[in-house]
Amino acid sequence: MDFTDYTFLVITFGTAILGAVCGMLGSFAVLRKQSLLGDAISHAALPGIAIAFLITGAKDSNVLLLGALVSGLIGTFWIRGIITKTHLKSDTALGLILSLFFGFGMLLLTFIQKQPNANQAGLDKYLFGQAATLLIEDVWLMAIVTSICLVVLLLFWKEFKILLFDADYTKTLGFNTKFIDVLITSFIVLAIVLGLQTVGVVLMSAMLLAPAAAARQWTNSLAKMVILAAIFGAFSGVFGTVISASQNNLSTGPVIVIVAGVFVIFSFVFSPSRGLLFKQIRFMKNRRDLQLFKTLAFMHHIAKTHEDISHPHSIKLLNNFQGYTKSTLKKLEEENYISLSGLNWSLTQKGFEKASNLYNQNTKDDA
Amino acid sequence: MENKIAVKVDDLTVAYNYKPVLWDIDLEIPEGVLMAIVGPNGAGKSTLIKSILGILKPIAGSVSIYGKPYDKQRCLVAYVPQKGSVDWDFPTTALDVVMMGTYGSLGWIKRSGQKEKKAALEALEKVGMLPFKGRQISQLSGGQQQRIFLARALVQNASIYFMDEPFQGVDATTEIAIINILKELRKQGKTVIVVHHDLQTVPEYFDWVTFLNVKKIATGPVKDIFNDDNLTKTYGINFQVSVQE
Repeated sequence: MDFTDYTFLVITFGTAILGAVCGMLGSFAVLRKQSLLGDAISHAALPGIAIAFLITGAKDSNVLLLGALVSGLIGTFWIRGIITKTHLKSDTALGLILSLFFGFGMLLLTFIQKQPNANQAGLDKYLFGQAATLLIEDVWLMAIVTSICLVVLLLFWKEFKILLFDADYTKTLGFNTKFIDVLITSFIVLAIVLGLQTVGVVLMSAMLLAPAAAARQWTNSLAKMVILAAIFGAFSGVFGTVISASQNNLSTGPVIVIVAGVFVIFSFVFSPSRGLLFKQIRFMKNRRDLQLFKTLAFMHHIAKTHEDISHPHSIKLLNNFQGYTKSTLKKLEEENYISLSGLNWSLTQKGFEKASNLYNQNTKDDA
Repeated sequence: MENKIAVKVDDLTVAYNYKPVLWDIDLEIPEGVLMAIVGPNGAGKSTLIKSILGILKPIAGSVSIYGKPYDKQRCLVAYVPQKGSVDWDFPTTALDVVMMGTYGSLGWIKRSGQKEKKAALEALEKVGMLPFKGRQISQLSGGQQQRIFLARALVQNASIYFMDEPFQGVDATTEIAIINILKELRKQGKTVIVVHHDLQTVPEYFDWVTFLNVKKIATGPVKDIFNDDNLTKTYGINFQVSVQE
C-alpha cells in the first residue's frame, strides 16, 4: 500500500473530517442522553437512499444523501412527535422508528435488487459503508459542512451549553429553546448523513458516541470534551483507514469503529479521574490507609492509659484486633508513628499526635 | 400593608393530559413578601411556578408580572429549579453554572466577560461557595449544589424569585444559610415565592402562604390563614400544627 497515493489521501482526509465532526456533535448527543437518537436517525436514512435511487435511477451520491437527509429528518421528527404526543417513553419511540424505517429501507433495497437495471448494484454499500468510494467532491462537502458546523458551534456555544445543562431554566431566560434544539439536532442528522457513505447505516451511531464517551472520561469541561472528542474521532478515522488499507479486504467503516472502540476502552480504564484502574488503586489505597489508622487508633487507645505514651507494649496485645497485620506494623514504623523492638511496640510522639488528631484531620480533609 | 401586586394570576388552568393539574387559579402576590406554596404531592405546586414562568403552556388563563406579560418582564424574574431536574454529572464547574445566570441579560450569541464573571463570583460569595468555584459540579454535596442554583438566580439580580423546593435534601446548615439569604432578599424589597414541603417551618420562615391542591385553597398572611382549617382543606386530613409566633 502506498500511503502517498492520491485516493488513499482523499479517503484518509475524508474519514478524519468525518470523525472530527461526529465527535464534536456526538458530545452533545451523549450529554443530552440521546445516544440512541443517532442510531435511529442513521437507520431511518436508509429508505431515503432507496427512494432517491428509485426516483432518479442514478447512483449520484449527493442525490442519495439528500434522500437520506430527508428521511432521517422525517424519522427524527416522528420520534419527537411520538415522545411528546403519546405516553411512550423515548427508548420505545427510538426503537420503533429505527426498526420500522430500517425494515422499510431493506424492503426497498431488495425490491431494487430485483429490478432489471444494471445500475442498482452497490446500493447496499450504504449498509456498512465503503470508504473506497469517497471522491474528492465528497470530502469537500464534508469539509464545508464541518466548517459551517464549527462556526455555528462557536456562535451559539453559550446557548448550546445552557440548553444541554438545564433546558427549563434556559426557557425562563428568554431563549427560544426549540430553535437551539432544532439547530443541534439538524447538525447531528447532517453529520450522520455525511457518514453513511463511509461508515454505513448500521455502524454510524458508534462514530457519534464512541469519541464522545471516550472524551468525557478525560475532562470535566464541556469545551475540552468537545475538542477531545473531535481529536479522538479524527484519529479513529485516520488509524482506521490506514489499518484497513494495509490489510487487504478489510472494510474501512468497521475498522474505524473498532479503533474508536479502542479509544473508549482505553479511556474507561486509564483516565486518571474517572478510569477504572485509578479508581481501583485509589480505593485500595484508601482501604490501606484506613486499616493503618484504625490500628494506630487502637494503639493510641492502649497507650493513653499510661503516663509515658511511648511505654512499650507487647505485639500480642494487638492480636484481638482485626486490622492488625505485619505489613501494617511495618508501614506504621516506616511512617515513624511507632517503634518496634523485638515483640514490643511503642507509640512515638508523632504517632500519638497523629492518632489523637485522626478524626479532626479527616473532617479537615473533607471540607 | 403592601399594595403593589408583583405577580397576578387569572383563571389559570393547566393539564398534562386529560386531568387538570391546576384548576382555575386566581392569585395575587403582593410585592415584598416571602411566600410559601404548600400542598400535598401532585397538588400542582411546581406546575404553578412553571406556568407562571412560561415553561408550561396553560390551557386557559393569564399571568402578569407587575401588570405586564411575563415575556416583557423576564429581566425582573429569576428561577431556581428543583435540584434533581438537571444532570449534575454535566462537565462544568460551579462558577460556570452561576455564570449561566448572566446569559439572559447577555442575550443571543454575545459572550460573557469580566463584568459577568465578577457578578458570578459575588453571588458565589453570598452563598458561601466561593472556595468551590472551580469544583466540578458532581463533586459537590446536595446542599452545595442547591447553593449553586441559588447563586445562579442571585446573579440575575431580579425583583421576583421563584424557587422550587430549595430545601429538599439539604442539611440544617444549608437550610439556615438559604433562608437567611431569602430573608435578606425580602429586606431589599424583593418578592420571593417558594414551593415548600415542611409545614412545621412555614410560620418561622415565611410571612405569606398559598395553600394549593389543584385549586387554590387560600392565600394570605401566614398569621391570618396558616391554621388547621386551611391545612385540613388542603391535605384532606386533620392536622395539629401548632402555630408559633
